Amino acid sequence: MRSKPFLTVAHRLAILAYIVVALFPLFWLLKVSVTPNDLLYSEGVRMWPSRATFEHYTFVIAHSAFPTFFKNSLIVAGSTAVAVTILASLAGYALSRFRFRAKYWIVALMLITQMFPLVMLVAPIFKMLSPLGLTNSLTGLIIVYTAFNVPFATFLMQSFFDGIPKDLEEAAMIDGATQFVAFRQIILPLTLPGIAATLGFVFTAAWSELLFALMLISGNDAATFPVGLLTFVSKFSVDFGQMMAAGILALIPACLFFLLIQRYLVQGLTAGAVKG
Amino acid sequence: MASIDIQDIRKSFGAFSVLHGVDLTIRDGEFIVLVGPSGCGKSTLLRMIAGLEDVTSGDIRIDGKRVNDLAPKDRDIAMVFQSYALYPHMSVADNMSYSLKLRRTAKEKIASAVGGAAAKLGLDPLLERRPRALSGGQRQRVAMGRAIVRQPKAFLFDEPLSNLDARLREQMRAEIKKLHGDLHATSIYVTHDQIEAMTLADRIVAMHAGVVQQVGTPLDLYDRPANLFVAGFIGSPGMNFFEGRYLVSGDHADLRLANGVTLPVPRRAGIESGATATLGIRPEHVVLDAHGALEAKVDLIEPTGFGIIMHVSIHDVPMKIFTLDRAMLDPGPAVRVDLPQERLHLFGTQGQRVE
Amino acid sequence: MTLAAHPHAVRPLRKRIADASEPYLYSAPALILIIAVMLVPLVLGISYAFRDIQLLNPLSGGFIGLDHFRALSEDQAFFRALRNTLWWTGASVFLQFLFGLILALLLDKPFAGRGLAQALVFLPWAVPSFLAGLNWAWLFNPVIGPLPHWMHALGILDAPNNILSDPHLAMWGPIVANVWWGIPFFAITLLAALQAIPRDLYEAASIDGAGPVQRFLSITLPFLAPTIAITILLRTVWISNFADLIVVMTNGGPADRTQIVASYIFTQAFRRLDFGYASAIALVLLVLLLAYSMLIVLLRQTLLNKG
Ligand SMILES: Nc1ncnc2c1ncn2[C@@H]1O[C@H](COP(=O)(O)OP(=O)(O)OP(=O)(O)O)[C@@H](O)[C@H]1O
Ligand SMILES: [Mg+2]
Repeated sequence: MRSKPFLTVAHRLAILAYIVVALFPLFWLLKVSVTPNDLLYSEGVRMWPSRATFEHYTFVIAHSAFPTFFKNSLIVAGSTAVAVTILASLAGYALSRFRFRAKYWIVALMLITQMFPLVMLVAPIFKMLSPLGLTNSLTGLIIVYTAFNVPFATFLMQSFFDGIPKDLEEAAMIDGATQFVAFRQIILPLTLPGIAATLGFVFTAAWSELLFALMLISGNDAATFPVGLLTFVSKFSVDFGQMMAAGILALIPACLFFLLIQRYLVQGLTAGAVKG
Repeated sequence: MASIDIQDIRKSFGAFSVLHGVDLTIRDGEFIVLVGPSGCGKSTLLRMIAGLEDVTSGDIRIDGKRVNDLAPKDRDIAMVFQSYALYPHMSVADNMSYSLKLRRTAKEKIASAVGGAAAKLGLDPLLERRPRALSGGQRQRVAMGRAIVRQPKAFLFDEPLSNLDARLREQMRAEIKKLHGDLHATSIYVTHDQIEAMTLADRIVAMHAGVVQQVGTPLDLYDRPANLFVAGFIGSPGMNFFEGRYLVSGDHADLRLANGVTLPVPRRAGIESGATATLGIRPEHVVLDAHGALEAKVDLIEPTGFGIIMHVSIHDVPMKIFTLDRAMLDPGPAVRVDLPQERLHLFGTQGQRVE
Repeated sequence: MTLAAHPHAVRPLRKRIADASEPYLYSAPALILIIAVMLVPLVLGISYAFRDIQLLNPLSGGFIGLDHFRALSEDQAFFRALRNTLWWTGASVFLQFLFGLILALLLDKPFAGRGLAQALVFLPWAVPSFLAGLNWAWLFNPVIGPLPHWMHALGILDAPNNILSDPHLAMWGPIVANVWWGIPFFAITLLAALQAIPRDLYEAASIDGAGPVQRFLSITLPFLAPTIAITILLRTVWISNFADLIVVMTNGGPADRTQIVASYIFTQAFRRLDFGYASAIALVLLVLLLAYSMLIVLLRQTLLNKG
């Protein structure tokens, strides 16, 4: 079959339209962040300012609490990603390789946690964490985020383990390994793409989380980027250049991780694990 | 090296019963080949010996020691998988030395064991490669190498050559035979390939539907199949069968087919006159003779290059003949054949061999 | 065959325990965490719905039965939020699905540069939701954003005003942001399902003379249907719980016109610190969502049985 040139052009144009719509808001963020304050209003709808500047970035980095927010977010998102990946690898392996009685219930439990409104947990979690001194603390956030992300990550890891032939562990076990050693030395190294995807996925999710961060954190010291940016917005809602510079900075780690994992996304989601 | 003793082994997956009481004694250094149709439980038996599958009931002993509850790693057995199961992220050398490393063998010992195995299998130039960068035949060799470096008590092979092309399979078959000659390792080998079974085995174990049908040397199974199943399974093209009634008259006996034709058969003590019976003769044992007693209508000629498979029918009963005579490429509409008495196999009502 | 007891059939107790506990050892850490941080709070949350829990009031905490629900039944703001939730969820899911499906179909064909195009169109998914909200709020802001001016130029708006402060239009702001942000999710899921359809089916169909539309209707759609059904179900539940964009862009305003149930719960818990009332609303939302899921599953069953 030969495709008609008209269809080909229409196809490419449609793709182009999607790309433009996807990128335009981010482009605008970038544009405003490099627009000097004096041009901000006079050149409102221009596609690019007549004069570009990095002064907003230098200000945000040198004179605001954003470096702290950035550091906090990095700690929270990084620790969450690592913790979730470890727990999800273990649980995903159990679901992939063992047949046991409670398996059905574990899967059901994990699916249910994907269904109920997390807002419902705001109040009880706050009440549970505050006597433990875990409100207003990064540790508290890490624990909560880890629990929220483990179910989906478990399904994701399970689908990657399912793709690895069972023969390999059996060979290792005959070679003298226990099942756990076979898991660690043979299966895990082969799941590196899956591990990368899970790390990236969870990192992005933890980096973006807003509601629980707002609820559990009050001071600036333990604030994560979303909380910091939102506080900043409500306090100085006219410093658009600085806000957008901060926004661009917040975007960088998430986008880096996304580019790292996007190759595996289609593959990882094929197995039916579905969540935003 | 070790002997393996299997007593009344049974296996069920849930309610589904796969092995129904298998008994087998394998002597130290013996090469046993397991054959049988797909799904008859060969792999299951092998995996139970390796410890990869729980034993439902019965005992497995290696060197007299009961191993039912030992983990695979504690049984000291090596296995070559059909898929080879090489570790994709390790080099050939690491694949081969993994088991020794797990046993915390000294570095020098590992190096010499790997070196020795690599030399035996011609793997020296490949030691640093990853499995991905190997051909099928080379992967097969690495899988063998991984098994032999350890000097285990026994080797298990599950259709190790079935992913190779015919030429390579032939070559590897010879190498396995040579290797076994060197190592004299107790081996259990599962295959679908008749020639592998015949050439490699000290003894063949023929299985069907989870039950052992016959255990014996390759020639035993070929010459004196214990029942209809083994008779039909061993040999290619397969044995010809004629069903009928065994009738004794005076000092000779006949088989009367359903269509009334009678074929003379040797007298056997193990069967009563009047019982239903099956007569068998291998295609290669049918004699083509211009003065033969039977007329056979020629239906189809299949030249194989080496010989010719003729599909004929005797009184409308189909039969195959294997001959090396090129003249039979164009035999005309009918040929005359003899069924030599000493080549005939007789099976009783239950399919058992009758002597 | 004998059915006599086999003396060796019983494995040693220690090995049996070790074998049986292995999968539990692997899944225990994850399970414990999920139970402690999700299941226990869920149960607590349900109990809060029947208690008077106000963070700033040390005297609160007593059981009050159905009082919250009585208050709720007279809470006009809640019913408005419920209507808004329907509107927000319905429009978001429909548009995300429509554009996501088109995108997946576009990306399913191989073409030069597909990898790059895919990475770029999926990028919005990586944007943190709060940032997506802020980003769109700024785009709708006539001071620094171009959208009001463009819409004015196209005659959609009478004047270049911020639609987020217009009670009649405000809901479109978060919906647009949500659609932009959620298209990649649908596209990725559907693309994965599309790529799982065996290619030779299409070849066989075109040899049999099926045109592109017939192929889409007779092969693509039936194959995608299960994925579409489950994705829409899960996504609907998820989006009706998804308050980030609204909290960031409008905070429920103007005049509660964009308040959905999820953001209303958050307002009650976070701004008023009335956890008891917030939990009661959340419980109602949970029950509604469960009822919705059951309805869909039942509907599916009846349709399957018919077909
Ligand atoms: N884990 C399992 N669960 C349930 N049934 C199984 C399992 N493993 C094997 N079986 C069943 O046990 C029977 C024997 O399988 P097995 O793999 O031993 O056959 P095989 O003789 O090796 O066949 P092949 O020659 O095709 O490899 C088959 O009917 C198979 O379906
Ligand atoms: Mg098998």
